[in-house]
This record gives sequence, structure tokens and C-alpha cells, in this order.
Amino acid sequence: MSAETATIALPDTADSARANAATRRMEKISSTVRYTILIVVGFIMVYPLLWLIGASFKSNQEIFTNPSFIPFEPTLDGYVEGWKTSTPYNFGQFYWNTFLIVLPKVIGTAISATLVAYGFARFEFPFKRLLFATLIATLLLPNVVTRIPQYLVFRDLGWLDSYLPLWVPSALAGDAFFVFMLIQFLRAIPRDMEEAARIDGANTLQTLIFIVIPMLSPAIVSVCLFQFMWTMNDFLGPLIYISSVAKYPISLALQLSIDATEAFSWNKILAMTVISLAPSLVVFFLAQKHFIRGVATGGTKG
Amino acid sequence: MGGDSKYLGLAYVTPYIIGLLIFTAIPFVASFYLSFTTYNLMSAPVWAGIQNYVELFTRDRTFQRSLGVTLSYVFMTVPLKLAFALFIAVILNYRLRGINLFRTAFYVPSVLGGSVAIAVLWRYIFADTGIVNMVLLSVGAEPVNWFGDPKYALFTITLLRVWQFGSAMVIFLAALQSIDQSLYEAAAIDGAKKWQVFTFITLPLITPVIFFNMIMQTVEAFQEFNGPFIITDGTGAPLRSTYLLPLYIYDSAFRRFNMGYASAISWVLFAIIMVLTLLAFWSSKRWVYYAGDRRS
Repeated sequence: MSAETATIALPDTADSARANAATRRMEKISSTVRYTILIVVGFIMVYPLLWLIGASFKSNQEIFTNPSFIPFEPTLDGYVEGWKTSTPYNFGQFYWNTFLIVLPKVIGTAISATLVAYGFARFEFPFKRLLFATLIATLLLPNVVTRIPQYLVFRDLGWLDSYLPLWVPSALAGDAFFVFMLIQFLRAIPRDMEEAARIDGANTLQTLIFIVIPMLSPAIVSVCLFQFMWTMNDFLGPLIYISSVAKYPISLALQLSIDATEAFSWNKILAMTVISLAPSLVVFFLAQKHFIRGVATGGTKG
Repeated sequence: MGGDSKYLGLAYVTPYIIGLLIFTAIPFVASFYLSFTTYNLMSAPVWAGIQNYVELFTRDRTFQRSLGVTLSYVFMTVPLKLAFALFIAVILNYRLRGINLFRTAFYVPSVLGGSVAIAVLWRYIFADTGIVNMVLLSVGAEPVNWFGDPKYALFTITLLRVWQFGSAMVIFLAALQSIDQSLYEAAAIDGAKKWQVFTFITLPLITPVIFFNMIMQTVEAFQEFNGPFIITDGTGAPLRSTYLLPLYIYDSAFRRFNMGYASAISWVLFAIIMVLTLLAFWSSKRWVYYAGDRRS
């Protein structure tokens, strides 16, 4: 009897053991497939950037013959030529101009977006629903519709060929995305501490500065970083408003230099491209966590 | 906070109200008005009725070409980019080792991507003697005249934007990671297959994020400017096959100073975006699932 049960039971366990092994093998295969896809895609994603950096250290001849990103005979010729640009100024000037655009814009954005988000998230006031609806509408409103009249406004104010058209709208909480992002963060922060501060006699501005901003600071850092990147990437704004080369930011200087550089000096062009990307690349790698958190929160909670 | 004046909140949002009026609301109305005028900046705008619009749709071949190019660009770019972003996000969601490294690699292009520098890079990667053709030659394939052939030029710009799927992917990944694990466990107990789990659990739960990404990417794609402008030196070459509407608006407004005509083109573009957005919102009742909503 017992032998019989054993013979009946045995194939059963052997089957399930085989089934388990099969599942494990399947798991192993699919995890290999996943890694392969990730590595191939990751390689395609990163290769253009690697190639760019490598090629900027190659001689012109080598760029056309060596597809690898590692230069055989590294040279700084591209950078020496590229730094000078094809304009009367060098990249030092354009870095400085960019800094002059970015810094006030980022500060203005951080202050105005925080004030406005605080107003929306913590107070009741007349027309609040209507104003909040306009905020959402602005989020979806394509800039292309308002661009021409905005240009006319700045022309009438005499602000053309200055940085004011780039600074002022942001200093008036013009980037709805950032206000919206901060409102989302604020809604997730409990109000207990603020209420305690109010009971202790702090006014709303003191509460904002001493209680809310410290808690909100990771989100404000994200706002600053995104605004930094967007401003670095912005091309159309400076293209429309800045006309003298002495005031050009990096983006315009690069475009101008490329049009003026002889088509065959690729290493000069690629070196200029790396010089233009360098600030953004450095900031990104120093602060990548903030970027990823910023996108994830701004997106999913919306 | 009870004792405060009801105008206190209004004080905090004052910067927004001023900005809204000067830089958004008034320009919005003004742009609509300008679209019915002829205005070359030299003299005051002259009322022209619907003449600009009639011109656009009956005589202006450039506009019709540009509109067609814009629509094919958007309908090619947005689905490709979203599908790719979701595909990679699903793979990354398997809690693999090294996920942070991969996530960074996929994310970098979307942070830098809008810049002039990346458009320049693209122009040189896909040049006749660029790296892409070098690779094609080395595997024995025919090199392609990427930016010279009207068949491929627009697609190359689509590739540039699909390459920047990273930010959409990060949003998908965050949504995937927030799905309640007990749902998957329950499905496993019921013996659900992987594709069933994906179709009936994962996909419905992330529809709000698909919806959000779809709207944002569509609005963005309709306004694409930097890529084609820099790659083609603003011409939209070859044969205007990359001459998207924002390029045409820029030329009309800031090169030819036809502010009225350019406003009319902007409003056509805006109307298309608005109709598509409203369609998406209207259809979302049927396919977007919100947790806690009984309807679905």
C-alpha cells in the first residue's frame, strides 16, 4: 500500500519540481531579455552624447573615419577654436550673458511661485475658483497664441533688446507649471505646524517664511532647477527679443556661430556644442534626484 | 485661517493676477483681434475681416503644406514617444538591479533635449557623413540622405523627440510604482497570465497618467520649433517637409512683420490644439479610470 502511494505521489512532486524549474528558467530568460532591451536602449540613448564629447576631442579627419567615441589622438584644437566662436566675442561673454538671464529669472520664479502657491493652497478669497481655473487653462494654453501681442507690449515698453522680457513674466508667476507644482506639494503638507505658529501670534507672512518655506524647500529647489534648465534651453525667447550679439545667451551664440563656421570644421562646431551643454550637464548630474522627483510629483498628482 | 481678512489670500496671488492680465489674458484677446487685421508694425492695424483666414485656406499653399506637415509630425511623434516611454517604464518597474543608472541614462536626453546644442548634435549625427550613415555603411546598408530627402527629414526630427521620452517615462514609472501590490497578488492567486495582469490591472490604473502625458506631449509637439529651425537653418527644407506651423508663424511675424497674418495662423494652430484637447477630455470619461470613481 505504502509503496503504491509512494509511486503515485512521486510523479506528482517530480512534476511540480519540474514546473518550478520551468518557471525559474522562464524568469531567468525574461530577466535576461529585459536587461538586454535596457542595455541596448540605454546605449542608443547615451551614445549620441558620448560620441559628441569624444568627437569634440578628435581632429577633423578622425571624426569622419573613426565611429568610436574614444579619440585615437586627442586634441584640444576644437576647443581652442570653438571658445573664440565666429563672433567678435568669446564664450566667456556668452556664459556671462546667460548667467545674467538665468539668475534673476530663477530667483523671480522661486519667490513669485511660492507666494502665489501659498495664496492658493492656504486661503479662501473672492474669485479663487475662477483664478485657479485660469491657472489650469494657462498650463494648457499654447504660448504661440500670446507671443505676438506680448512682443508688441514689450516693444511699447521699450524693453526690446534687453533681458526684461525674459525676466518679468516669470517674476509675475507666469510659469503656471511651477505654481501648480508647488500647490500640489503644499496640499500634501499638513497644516498643524502653521496653525500652531498662528496661535503663537505669527502673521501669515512669518508663517510662510519660517514654517512653510523650510518644509517646501525640496519642491522650491526642483522649481529652481527646472527653470534653470528651461532657461538654458530657451531659444525662441532670446531669438525674438535680443538683437545685439553682445547680449546673446549661449543658445543664440551657438546657432550664430554654426551658421558662420565653415562646414568642414566639425570639431570646432562639436566643441562649441559641448561648451554650450556643459553647464546643464553639470547641474543635472549634481542634482538628478531633484529632477526625477520633480517630474514624478508634478505629473502624477496632477 | 479664520480671523484673516478674506482679501489676504488675494494679496498673495496679486503677482499672478498682474502677470495673467498683462502677459496672458490681454495678449490672448489682442491676438484674436489682430488675426482680423492687416498690421505691419509701421502703421496702426487695419481691419480686414476674415480676409486673413480666407487667404490661408484658399490661396496660401505654404500654409496648407505646413499644416499637413504639422499634423503628420504630431500624429507620428506623440504615439511613438508615449508607447516607447511606457514600454521602458514597464521594464524598469521590475525592480531590477541598476534601475537608477538606467533611469538616469534614459532621462538625460529629455532634460537637455530642447536645447540648441542637442539640435546641432542631431544635425551632425544624421549628416551625410555623420555617425549614423557611417554605421549603416559598415553593416553594408545604403546610407540615407536624412535631412536632404523629404521622405526622411521630418521623421528624423520625430526621432529627435522620441529620443527624449525620458520625462514621460519617469511619470509612467512613478504611476506604476504606486499601484497597490495586493492587486497583483490577488491576480496571481486567481492564476492570471502576465498579459492579462497588464491589460486588466496595470493599464486601467495608469490611464490618468496616460491621459496627462498624452495632452502635455500633444500641446508640446504642436509647438515644436527649435529642432527644425536649427537643423534646417529656419527654412524647413527640403521642400518645406519640416516647415512646421511655428516656423511659418515665426517667419510671418518676425521676419516679414505681417503681425495680423501671423496671428491668424496662430489662431488656426490654437483652434486645432483646443479641439483635440476637448475631444480628449470628452473621450476620457470612457477610458480614464479614477480610483474611487464608481462609474468604471
